[in-house]
Amino acid sequence: MRPALARIYRLAGRAHIVGITGVPGSGKSTLVGKLAQKLRARSMRVGIVAIDPSSPYSGGAILGDRVRMSELATDSGIYIRSMATRGATGGIARAALDAVDILDVAGFETVIIETVGVGQDEVEIARASHTTVVISAPGLGDQIQAIKAGILEIADIHVVSKCDRSDANRTLTDLKQMLTLGTAGTAAKEWITPVIATSSVSGQGIDELLDAVGRHRHVALATELGAQRALAIAEFRLQKTAENLLLGRYAKIVVENSKPLALRLMRREGDPYTLADELLNSSLQTEHEHDARSKIA
Amino acid sequence: MAAPIRILLAKVGLDGHDRGVRIVARALRDAGMDVIYSGLHRTPDEVVTVAIQEDVDILGVSLLSGAHMTVFPKIFERLRQQGADDMIVVAGGVMPDEDVAALKAMGVKEILLQDTLPQVIVDTLRRLVAERGPR
Ligand code: B12
Ligand SMILES: Nc1nc2c(ncn2[C@@H]2O[C@H](COP(=O)(O)OP(=O)(O)O)[C@@H](O)[C@H]2O)c(=O)[nH]1
Ligand SMILES: [Mg+2]
Repeated sequence: MRPALARIYRLAGRAHIVGITGVPGSGKSTLVGKLAQKLRARSMRVGIVAIDPSSPYSGGAILGDRVRMSELATDSGIYIRSMATRGATGGIARAALDAVDILDVAGFETVIIETVGVGQDEVEIARASHTTVVISAPGLGDQIQAIKAGILEIADIHVVSKCDRSDANRTLTDLKQMLTLGTAGTAAKEWITPVIATSSVSGQGIDELLDAVGRHRHVALATELGAQRALAIAEFRLQKTAENLLLGRYAKIVVENSKPLALRLMRREGDPYTLADELLNSSLQTEHEHDARSKIA
Repeated sequence: MAAPIRILLAKVGLDGHDRGVRIVARALRDAGMDVIYSGLHRTPDEVVTVAIQEDVDILGVSLLSGAHMTVFPKIFERLRQQGADDMIVVAGGVMPDEDVAALKAMGVKEILLQDTLPQVIVDTLRRLVAERGPR
């Protein structure tokens, strides 16, 4: 698996990666389906990676995004892959970025990532996509749910979805106001974050959104923006991968080594910080010994 | 950690009965599986395409409409055309006893009809994947 992915990564890099985020129920999947249809009409091949949360209890997941993209099912120019978060925070499954690379290398010119849409850590999508679209929907309680999640700032493009609904205007006005106050978009001077009202029911705004995505890509490539973003994406990828390797390598040893230390913690013979330090050090030690042994053998 | 079992739960044709398939979806999630749900009214062709794109271990078709004897031959034909004949195919819903043997002969690995306990479904699917072995 790893050598294949290594080769794929080096070949990838042509696709335009578009991240779509917004709270559950805001209309992400439906919109992705519509966008993909339009892109197909423009003869573009579209890859979609749709992420849903795993149950923290069982580890299992129901991946239902596809249900909203059903018009696309047998078009060979569209490939949809559903993924579960499997304990990854940040709204992006660990394997999702590998899947994006594979779709990229397979010749899908646009790859759309649909995130889970919960939690503060959703900001990670901005470190995984060239263009980040943040969706706010009317009728989901808070006027603009993205404020709470802290993801307004990562938007390259803002979408107010479900604008066929009468209460969408409120959301639109609120969002525009926040933008003029400078609290709801990326701060880059090269790009002014647009606000686009869409409806997956009437089709309004979908073309406009696609044009904005295209313009953002164009501006990024023509200015510093693209290179800055590319570096940020690479940095994030490297750190994430290192983090996962670290966890994978040490998690088991840490668990094995924790028993005696937990006993001391329970008896208040030490504090959590000191003992955690000790646990990490002893785990690193175990890992080194293990390495040395396997080299001799 | 072993990868969880991935299954596509599919509803094919005009069959609008989705109570059972939703219950099964939850039971399988709670057993730690990744469940992709197709939504209602898919064609055999769509279902096979999705199963392949999603790289599932099992294609599970829920049918209560009585159309099983026309749906399953189409599914197997399509799987063969796509070179995916090794896919584990199971069925659930409402099917008369006399059709069960014919469906098995066609290649449906297990047929789990009304009133099957969720735990039995979970165990059966785990066994089928274990019997297939790692891919
Ligand atoms: C509830 C029901 C409805 C509801 C459905 C609501 C819904 N959203 O699901 C409503 C009222 C809408 C309805 C409508 C109709 N129904 Co109706 N309905 C039923 C009824 C009474 C129960 C079905 C049910 O929900 N069972 C409970 C669930 C939990 O059980 P289950 O679906 O069988 O699932 C279990 C197993 O089969 C298995 N399983 C299911 N799927 C899968 C998939 C996999 C992969 C696996 C492993 C296991 C598995 O696991 C579940 C748990 O054990 C059945 C009678 C019956 N005995 O089944 C008739 C029945 C299915 N309906 C029937 C008919 C004819 C209709 C209508 C055509 C009636 C009409 N003339 O309008 C319409 C068609 C609607 C449509 N578009 O398809 C007939 C079908 C006849 C046939 N197959 O030849 C039945 C059998 C009644 C009968 N005896 O005539 N129906
Ligand atoms: N009125 C209206 N409803 C929509 C629109 N887009 C999606 N919905 C509905 O909003 C709900 C959530 O949509 P979904 O795409 O699954 O949202 P996600 O959870 O963000 O992926 C569904 O019931 C959709 O039918 C829209 O443009 N207008
Ligand atoms: Mg969705």
